[in-house]
Amino acid sequence: MLIKSHADGFQHAVSSDITPHAVYNRRRELLKGLATLAAGSGLASWAERAAFAETRWGARPGKLAALGAQASKVAGAMSLDKVTPYKDASSYNNFYEFGTDKSDPAANAHTLKTTPWSVEIEGMVKKPGKFALEDLLKLSPMEERIYRLRCVEGWSMVIPWVGYSLAELIRKVEPLGSAKYVEFVSLADPKTMPFVGSRVLDWPYAEGLRLDEAMHPLTLLSFGMYGEVLPNQSGAPVRLVVPWKYGFKSGKSIVKIRFTDKQPGTAWNKAAANEYGFYSNVNPTVDHPRWSQASERRIGEDGLFAKKRPTQMFNGYEAQVGQLYAGMDLKKFF
Amino acid sequence: MRTLVNRWLMQGWFKPTLFLLCLLPAIWLVFGAVTDNLGANPAEALLRATGDWTLRVLCLVLCVTPLRTVSGLTALARTRRMLGLFVYFYAVLHLLAYCWFDMGFEVADIAKDIAKRPFILVGFAGFVLLTPLALTSFNRAIKALGARRWQALHRLVYAVAVLAVLHFFWMRAGKNNFAEVAVYALILGALLGWRLQRRLRGGLLLDWLRSRFGRQIERPRLPAGREI
Repeated sequence: MLIKSHADGFQHAVSSDITPHAVYNRRRELLKGLATLAAGSGLASWAERAAFAETRWGARPGKLAALGAQASKVAGAMSLDKVTPYKDASSYNNFYEFGTDKSDPAANAHTLKTTPWSVEIEGMVKKPGKFALEDLLKLSPMEERIYRLRCVEGWSMVIPWVGYSLAELIRKVEPLGSAKYVEFVSLADPKTMPFVGSRVLDWPYAEGLRLDEAMHPLTLLSFGMYGEVLPNQSGAPVRLVVPWKYGFKSGKSIVKIRFTDKQPGTAWNKAAANEYGFYSNVNPTVDHPRWSQASERRIGEDGLFAKKRPTQMFNGYEAQVGQLYAGMDLKKFF
Repeated sequence: MRTLVNRWLMQGWFKPTLFLLCLLPAIWLVFGAVTDNLGANPAEALLRATGDWTLRVLCLVLCVTPLRTVSGLTALARTRRMLGLFVYFYAVLHLLAYCWFDMGFEVADIAKDIAKRPFILVGFAGFVLLTPLALTSFNRAIKALGARRWQALHRLVYAVAVLAVLHFFWMRAGKNNFAEVAVYALILGALLGWRLQRRLRGGLLLDWLRSRFGRQIERPRLPAGREI
């Protein structure tokens, strides 16, 4: 008899005896992995992405110090979009302190001095004070988050950031009940930033969020990208990343975080109030006065002759952040 | 010296060389696009570069007459048509880049965009005004129109210069970044100013105004001994 059965007195081993224990313990991940592969990006969103996140964007660029992190568990934090090549993300930047051309920051930002660095917390908080960068780095476990970044100019990237929710820091400093807004001030050092003092913007660069926006788990205090510390042109050593807003809302090289009860003036709003609102949520239905916001070009992915892709409401984070703006006229509060 | 340069400009190789020089930016851009050397956003690079080169060649073509008059290099007149057509060439590429890379050739979107955005409208108006100039650039058109009418038509290039600077200004206005705009505005302003000043001094403007609006316009009294 070739085929053994119960009738022959054969006792079939249970599957956990046959499968190596380590593999058996990972059976759910394997199933999820298979599902991801088989179903493609369309069906894969239900699967936990953690198993694949480490290798999603390939190897570390190897340019700067490594900054390890665990894949984030925050809802919406791990986009499945193809990650932009590091070469593009680190060479095509808006950082006006180093020049207005998008190749300027990568060429000029080497003068930025990121050590020592500290971030001053002030205004309406119970525990104001100065946080050294080293303390900020230890304040909460580092997470990797793969966010879409939509620039107001009509292009986008997908970047694996390293950091933690800004809310972790905010909770530590205990905002007063009267605090309604948070202002983020970037460094403005004319000695190391050649274009500070140019008349393009008011310096220092300041941005702001409503406190509930700042407390949203997706609002990231970022220290790195692509598994390494931030390159200077990307806002080293610490910056904000607010993925559902146009890129300029995410201040770079932050030196001060101030809690207030009044809506703070923000750099681009002061420069052109009719073009850049305080909220500046990504919104394909509200055009910039000089161009449409309905579509975007994905840097490094969409070829020269590819059609631009449609822009998503709140940059695709509507499920997570839509409720922050319930009942608001987004055409008025653009 | 002047005759030497003039003779030089009349040489058979001069115009082909100028042609190639004017074509060089376009060649360089195509090469850059094919070899992926235009940076992270090649579409934007092409759009901007073609706009820049339209403005630059426009400055060049408007230089021809002042340079010819001041220097007496009459042979420069031979370059004017070619340079003018290169302005149109780069303007066409610029418009094409916009329609293709920015708009994906969606005609409805393009029409909406032109109507909605003053900055696009101004650029497009400049292109529209340039078109009859390009279409009437050959000798038979000049003959058919008659020199005077042809010349009057081709004065549209002054309006194009103003629209081009306005288009560029508006594009940069949102970023309060006017350094480059100022350079072009200064150059084109000087070139148009030179023409205006010559007309005013020559009294031609007054003659023209008078022929248009009758005799209400008085010729200003000139200092004794000064003749027009």
